[in-house]
Amino acid sequence: MTAQDLALLTPEIVLAVYSIAALLGAVYTAKDALAPQITWATAAVFVGLAAWIATRGPGAEEAFGGLVVVDGFSRFAKAALLLSAAAVLAISQDYMTRRGLLRFEYPLLVALSVVGMMVMVSAGDLMSLYLGLELQSLALYVLAAFRRDSAKSTEAGLKYFILGALSSGLLLYGASLVYGYAGTTLFTGIFAAAGDGRAEIGLLIGLVLVASGLAFKVSAVPFHMWTPDVYEGAPTPVTAFLSTAPKIAAMALFARVLHDAFGGVVADWQQVVAVLALLSMFVGSIAAIGQTNIKRLMAYSSIAHMGYALMGLAAGTAFGVQAMLVYLAIYVAMSVGTFAFILSMERGGAPVVEIGALRMYARHQPGRAMAMLVLLFSLAGVPPFLGFFAKLYVLRAAYEGGLIWLAVGGVLASVIGAYYYLRIVYFMYFGEERGEPVEAGGGVVLWGALMASAAVMLVGIVNLFGIEGAAAAAATALVR
Amino acid sequence: MATFAFYLFALGCVAGGLFTVISRNPVYSVLWLILSFLSAAGLFVLMGAEFVAMLMIIVYVGAVAVLFLFVVMMLDVDFAKLKAGMARYMPLALLIGVVLLMQLGLALGGWQGAEVAEAQRAQPIPAELHNTEALGMVLYDRYFLLFQLSGLILLVAMVGAILLTLRHRADVKRQNVLAQMYRDPEAAMELRDVKPGQGL
Repeated sequence: MTAQDLALLTPEIVLAVYSIAALLGAVYTAKDALAPQITWATAAVFVGLAAWIATRGPGAEEAFGGLVVVDGFSRFAKAALLLSAAAVLAISQDYMTRRGLLRFEYPLLVALSVVGMMVMVSAGDLMSLYLGLELQSLALYVLAAFRRDSAKSTEAGLKYFILGALSSGLLLYGASLVYGYAGTTLFTGIFAAAGDGRAEIGLLIGLVLVASGLAFKVSAVPFHMWTPDVYEGAPTPVTAFLSTAPKIAAMALFARVLHDAFGGVVADWQQVVAVLALLSMFVGSIAAIGQTNIKRLMAYSSIAHMGYALMGLAAGTAFGVQAMLVYLAIYVAMSVGTFAFILSMERGGAPVVEIGALRMYARHQPGRAMAMLVLLFSLAGVPPFLGFFAKLYVLRAAYEGGLIWLAVGGVLASVIGAYYYLRIVYFMYFGEERGEPVEAGGGVVLWGALMASAAVMLVGIVNLFGIEGAAAAAATALVR
Repeated sequence: MATFAFYLFALGCVAGGLFTVISRNPVYSVLWLILSFLSAAGLFVLMGAEFVAMLMIIVYVGAVAVLFLFVVMMLDVDFAKLKAGMARYMPLALLIGVVLLMQLGLALGGWQGAEVAEAQRAQPIPAELHNTEALGMVLYDRYFLLFQLSGLILLVAMVGAILLTLRHRADVKRQNVLAQMYRDPEAAMELRDVKPGQGL
C-alpha cells in the first residue's frame, strides 16, 4: 500500500468518508430532521465526484497490486452510475418526505451502496469483485425493506436477501473453482492461465457459476424471479434506484470479468451470454403483457432491457462493449424519467400504481402525458427517439459479432414489447375514464426530471450527447 | 505420528459434520458442530498454520457455536414443524443434489489446472517472518483495501439492523440516569411522624 494506491481510490475514499461523517453528524444532532438536506448533499457529492472522474485523463492504472483497476471503462461506468444515483436521490426526496419514509439513513445507504458499485466496476480481482458486490447488495437489501411496517416491503427485502445470498454462494463457488484452476484470483493471472483459447472443464464450470451469480444481479432470465416482487414491494424511489445504478454496475462488472479474466476463451462464454440475452428479452417482453401494476411492469421491462444490453456483451467484441455501455446510459436516462412520472402518480395524496388508473390522463395533464408518451415510445424503441438508436446499436453489435439469430430474436422481442408500452399510451389518450382521475403530485423536481428525460430522448438523436466517443474509448480500454 | 493425527482429526471433522446434519436434537447438532470445528483447527495445526487454528477455536467455537447454542436453547424453535414440508420437496432436492454431485465429479474427475497455476499459487513467506506476522503483512498491506471494504460491509449491516428494527415508543418507561443522580432527598421522600394507633 502506497500513497499512490490510495490516490487512485480518491473518489471511493471521499464517498465512504462522507457517508460515515454524515451518519455520525446526523446521529448526534437532528437525526431525521436533517434528512432532506443530507439527501441533497449526497446528490451534490455524487455529481461532484462524477464530474471529477469524467475529467480525469485517459490511461489505465492499477492499485494494490492489481486488486483495483482504474481505466477508461471504469471511469465511464462510475460517472454514469454516480449521475444516475444523484438523479434518483433528487426525484425521491419529495415522495419519501410525504410518505414519512425519509430517514437520514436513506441517502447514506444509497451512498454506501454506490461505494460498493464503484469498487465493482474497477475490480481487478475476484476478491474485490465479491466484496464490492456484497457491499452494494447488502445496502440494497436494507433499502428494499425500507418501509418496514408494510408486509410487502418486508417481503421484498427478505426475498431479495435470501435469493441474493444464494447467488453470492454460486458466485463464490465458481470463484473458488476458477482459483483452483488458475492459482490466482487476479484477473490478469486468470487471463494468463486461460489464455490459450480453450477452457478446461474446471475453469468452464467455474466460469458458468460466476456468470450465474452475476446474471442474478442483472436480473437476467432464468435468474430473474426476484425482480417483480422486489420492484413491487420496495418503496417506489428505491425501485427507481434498483433499476438504474445497480444495473450499470452489475453489467459493467459482468463485462469486466468476461473480458479481463476470461477474454481468452470468448467462444466459451459467448453462447451462455447469448442465451441469457435471448431469454431475458422474450420473457421480459411476454410476461409484462399481463401486468396491471406499473411497478411490476417496469420490473419486466428492466429484465427485457438487460437482455438487450447483454446482447451487446454477447457479441464479444470491443464494439459490443461500446454498444452495451451506450445502451445502459440511454436506458438509465429513460428510466429516471419514467420513474419520475410513476412517483408523481397519485390520487388524493396517496400513490397510485395501477395502469388502468391512467385512463384519459392526457385530458387532465397534457404536458406530462406527452412527455411520458415520448419516454414510452423510446422504451419501446420506436424510431425517431433515442431508445431506437440504443437498440440499433446492440443489434448491429450482435450482427457484426456473427450472432444473427440473436439479432433477429431481439427485433421480434422488441415488437412484442412494444405492445405493453403502447397500451399505456392507449390508456392515457384513448381509454374510457372511470373513477377519479390520477393527479400529478410531487412538485417541480419530478416535473423537471420527467421533462428533462423526455427532452433528452428527442435532442439526443443529434449526436447522442457525445457518449459514443466516450463509450468507444471505454470499450477499447477493456477489450484488448 | 503425523499421519495418525491427520486421520484422527479428519475422521473427527467428517463425523462431526455428518452428525450435525442427522442429529434429531438441535442441541446435539451444535455440539457435533463444535467437534467438527475443533478437528478442523487440529488439521490447521498439522499444516503449520497455528494462527488460523487459534482463530478457528476462538471465533467459530468460542463465538459462533456458542451463539448457535444460545439461539437453539433460548428461542422456542419447533424444528419438527420446520421440517414438515421436507418430504414433499425431497425428490426435487435429491435430484438437484445428484446433478450438482455429478457436476462436481465431472469438474474434479478430469481436473487439470493451468500450467502456470502452481507458480501463480506460490506465495513465498519471507524466511525471517513468523507466519502470523506474514499474514498480518498481507492483510494490512496488500489486502488493506479488502480489509476496509469488509469493515464498510459490517457498517452497512449494523446500520441496516438498527434501521429495520429500532422503534422509539413513547409509552415505554426508560431509565434516565442523570435524573436519578440529581434527585435529592427532599424531593424524593418525606418524613412523617406517625403516632402509634393512628393512620396517616
